[in-house]
Amino acid sequence: MEELLFYLLAIGAVICGVLVIMKKNPVINALFLIVVMLCLAGIYLLLGAQFMAAIQLIVYAGAIMVLFLFVIMLLNLDQEISGIVKGGSQKMIGFILAALLLGILLSVVGVNQLPGRGLHPIDEISNTESLARVLFTYFLLPFEITSVILLIAIIGAIVLGKKKL
Amino acid sequence: MIPLSHSLILSAVLFSIGVLGVFIRRNAIVIFMCIELMLNAVNLSFIAISRSLNSLDGQVIVFFVMTVAAAEAAIGLAIILALFRNRETVNVDEVNLMRW
Repeated sequence: MEELLFYLLAIGAVICGVLVIMKKNPVINALFLIVVMLCLAGIYLLLGAQFMAAIQLIVYAGAIMVLFLFVIMLLNLDQEISGIVKGGSQKMIGFILAALLLGILLSVVGVNQLPGRGLHPIDEISNTESLARVLFTYFLLPFEITSVILLIAIIGAIVLGKKKL
Repeated sequence: MIPLSHSLILSAVLFSIGVLGVFIRRNAIVIFMCIELMLNAVNLSFIAISRSLNSLDGQVIVFFVMTVAAAEAAIGLAIILALFRNRETVNVDEVNLMRW
């Protein structure tokens, strides 16, 4: 059952991922990207990362993709929907390089057993609680620095969004 | 129990799709979406390995990656908006002033 669900979600994610780069209209691209993220959230659930699945839904599929759709609608891209690049050589080189990268990646991912073991074991009962415990103790400094990153992003977006730069 | 290698293969395929999209698309927003796709692929491999090692560290890293991705999306889309206001286009082939 678990495997079947995983393969269904994986096939869905790959098909929608291909559609993200093949469809012409950016709005449709964005909607397919949302479907990819939903599939990945399901896979996170199957892999025992419940909190991450929820965050994937809320932050990625919710906030970030709405931002994308909002910007697409602001730009009004009707007259310049640029599909796949026209030039033959660039397309060809792109396909070759991507296939090469896929080959290299597939040649190294065939591991089923990793050496060593992790620092903080997973608590099967309450993923969120154990995650919070690690986040607020061992990873406290990176967590605080993250807030500074978000502040800088807010300020940067406001500055870039002004009429006159 | 899902084998680790299957999750990693899915992650590799999704990452390659993202790279291909950056190569063959010229719309800046779509290229940006492909970058998000790549980030998601890497997140998946982090979570799969965290499951395999029975460790929470991978999930914490994914948390940070998501935060940075959110910040990056806000800044990147603001840059694209500023670009569109100045050049009236989001085609990356026409925005090549810094290219030699």
